[in-house]
Parts: sequence; C-alpha cells; structure tokens
Amino acid sequence: MTLFSPITTKIVTCELRDVGRSRWLFAYAAFFFVVADALLRFGGADKALLSLTSVTLFIVPLVALVFGTVFLDDAREFTELLLAQPVARRQLYTGLYLGLTLPLAAAFVAGAAIPFAVHRIGNPTLDVSLGVLLAVGVTLTFVFTALAFVVAAFVDDRLRRMGTAIALWLVTAVLYDGLVLVLAMLLADYPIERTLLGLTLGNPVDLARVLLLLRFDVSALMGYTGAVFQQFFGGALGIAIASTALALWVTLPVALGLRAFRKRDF
Amino acid sequence: MITISGLEKRYGAQHVLRGVNVEVGRGSVTAVVGPNGAGKTTLIKAILGLVQPDAGAIRVDDLLVGEDCSYRARIGYMPQIARYPHNLTARELLTMLTELRKAAPNAGPMRRDESLIAQLGLTGQLDKPLRALSGGTRQKVNAVAAFLFSPDLLILDEPTAGLDPAASEVLKDRILAERAAGRTVIVTSHFMSELEELATDVVFLLEGTVRYAGPLDELLRRTRKANLGRAISHLMLEAAAA
Repeated sequence: MTLFSPITTKIVTCELRDVGRSRWLFAYAAFFFVVADALLRFGGADKALLSLTSVTLFIVPLVALVFGTVFLDDAREFTELLLAQPVARRQLYTGLYLGLTLPLAAAFVAGAAIPFAVHRIGNPTLDVSLGVLLAVGVTLTFVFTALAFVVAAFVDDRLRRMGTAIALWLVTAVLYDGLVLVLAMLLADYPIERTLLGLTLGNPVDLARVLLLLRFDVSALMGYTGAVFQQFFGGALGIAIASTALALWVTLPVALGLRAFRKRDF
Repeated sequence: MITISGLEKRYGAQHVLRGVNVEVGRGSVTAVVGPNGAGKTTLIKAILGLVQPDAGAIRVDDLLVGEDCSYRARIGYMPQIARYPHNLTARELLTMLTELRKAAPNAGPMRRDESLIAQLGLTGQLDKPLRALSGGTRQKVNAVAAFLFSPDLLILDEPTAGLDPAASEVLKDRILAERAAGRTVIVTSHFMSELEELATDVVFLLEGTVRYAGPLDELLRRTRKANLGRAISHLMLEAAAA
C-alpha cells in the first residue's frame, strides 16, 4: 500500500480486526444473504435482483449511518489514545474511515453475492446487473459512513447524534424521493425536467436508484419522469455525469468529515 | 521542557482556560491540582494536541504543539477513562501501539519496557478481549501502554482512580522510579496525599487561571501549612475571600 502512510495502514488493520469480529457485522451480512437467497428461491432471478435493489437502497444507508455512529461513539476514547501517539489527524481519520467502511462494504458484497453464486444463474446480462448493484451498494456505504463522521463532528450529544443520523437516513432514503414525486405531480404542466434531474443529483440514494432502475430497464416504474431520465441517463454522457455525481457524493462528505475532524477537540 | 504561554480555551460560553502560563522543567514531577472543572484535563489535553486552544502557544522542547505530531513519540499518556475497541485483546492493542510508534516518522531506537505487565498482574489477562476486562483491569492496561516506550515525558490523568490499593502502590513506585531516573511527569489526582509523595512541583488551577505554579516545598512554606491538602484549601479560601 503506497497510497497510504504505514501508520494509516496499521490503524486500518487494527480496526479491521476489531470491526471484523463484531456480531453486528455478521448479522448484516447474514441479513443480505437470507433476503437474496429467499428472493431467488421464490421468484425468478430478474425479479430477485429488482427486489434486492430496493432493499439495498433502503438498508445500506441506514446501516452505514447507524453502525458508523455507534462505531464512532465507541471509538471516542480510543481515538483519544491514538491521537496521543505520534499520529497525525489526517492519518487517523483515513484509518478510522477505511477501518469502518471496508468491513461494512465487504459484508454487503458477501451477503448479497453469495446466494447468486450458489444458485448459479448463468446469465451474463444479469451478472453485469448484479455487479452494478454491488458497486452501487459499496459506493453508498462509502457515502453514508462518511456522513456518519460529519454528523459525529457537528452534533455533540450522544442521543441527538443518533437522532440526527436516523433523520438524515429518513430524508435521503425515504422522504426525498416522495417530495420529488409530489413536486413532479404538482408542477406537471411546467417544463421542470431539468429541475428534477438536478434534484436527483442532489441525493445519493435517488441517484443510485435511477442508475439501477435504468440499468434494469424498468424505468416505467418511475412514472412519467422515467422517460426524461431514460433520455438523460441512458446515454454515455448521462452515465458519466451520474457516476461523477456519485463519486462527488463520496469525496464531499469525506472532505467535510476530515475538515471537522482536524478542528475537533477530544 | 514544556512552556505554556497565554493559553485560552472556550467551550461555547464556558471559559475553561483564561490565559494560562506554566513552565514545566525537565526532570520535575508536576502535580496539576484544582477543583472539578478547573481546567486540569483541558490543560493536559492541550499539551497532547487533543484540544486545540483558541489562543496562546505550547512548546515541548521548542517544538510548537499543533505543527507536527512527532513530539508525541516521546510522550506516554494515561487518560482518565479506559475504553478500547471491544473485540481486541490487550496484547493486540500493545502490539498495535508498538507498530504505530515504529512507523512514526524519524522514530528513534525503541526501548520497550514491559515490566509493569507482570507487576500489575496482567500476564494472564493479555489474550482476553478488552470488553471482558473490568474497569480497573483496563485501567492497568492503560498504565502499561503509557509506560511501555520509556517516554521522556509522562502525562497521567488520575492514574490511580479505579485501581485497587496494591496496583496503586505499584504505579506510585513506578512514578517515583521515573522521577529518580530524571524523567518528566505531569500528574493530576484528587488524592492530595498521593500527590505529595510524588510531586516536586505544583500547579494550582482555579476557574481556568493559575493560582500557584512552583516547587511544592515553597508552596508549603508560603502558606505555612503542613501538607499539600491544607495548603490547597488555604489557597482556595484565599481566592474566595478576595
């Protein structure tokens, strides 16, 4: 690993060892395993993948935020101890962030992918779709653990911190989509396609949803705006813009979290 | 060894440190005393760079705290509360700290001193997950970690709180041995008799200001009191009367 300093690597290894032994992490992987397996048993692979997408968009942000918040609360005194060592804050931040995010992402991938491997669906198109779903799930994990760092930096009280994390999940994973739909219906007579596109770029979960549903060619499920999205995101340019936006959604909270982490008192 | 000048810290409306100036000499054992909320822990954490002051400067051997982190390679720190990642064992924790120090930029040769492990009776506990250990045992692990690298400067925040009497004595003996070896120690405690045994110097903080900073015997002479506890309560009464 030349990308990170040896100190960061050491912290990541230590955190991996700790988080990797967590029962919650196994429960998380088992959850996706059971859901994916059940969906495959009781429906076709196509349907299973579609349902798994909904579950992923709902659960991955929730678990990343809640697990991340609990992890950071628990790591508070340990963070203090590590900062008393010859370790720079940037190194510790990177170490904690990767040590939290990598096991979560790995648990999701393992839980969601193993049933598909076991049931042996030899369909290349479906495999690519599964790959996209896994990539999007991993990206969402990186986005929302970073947001957990941001919440931890700005909210001092333990209970309010958890409340803020859950509220953030409610807004991004549940309410935002509904509000955009209401807006689309209310303003159906106006040319608001561009605004809707902009709004979609403004929420990582919506962005992920649009990317995945278009990938599965079920944009009809998204109602009348589906056509607009199809037009926009279907093309190479659309995909490039959407991917860039999602990448920005990783770097923005990570940078914001780092800034706050460097200024914080422990 | 440490020069603190004009240190200011506010937490919101709370003015925790109000222009603190302290000089800590090499080879001294400085007791930081004061009532709860006087700013003792904040002052200690500022030296470690854990708390970032609003104004003022701290130098550790001419290195400005906050600029780079290499000075911390020479510090052993024992925090007040001992909580670690739940699923790690004490051995893994100590190994990790060792590797961190080895990986630090311009890390010198390392002298690892594990004698406290046996003295505190931790030998059989090293491979249990830290969450399975009692609070006092974790505090012992904390002590081992602070003394592990034979640091020039030891910063101990309430080191004997939560320790059983036997372990407290072991730790006190160790601090005295460090003092005899010419190491610098900064220690807080609510037990004045304990500090009197250990300290050469006293810093008395009250509401974020330094009310006394200097040698212990001079404090006793000035207040004409028989021990540190009485001298400090005398200073507090004096402050309340003023």
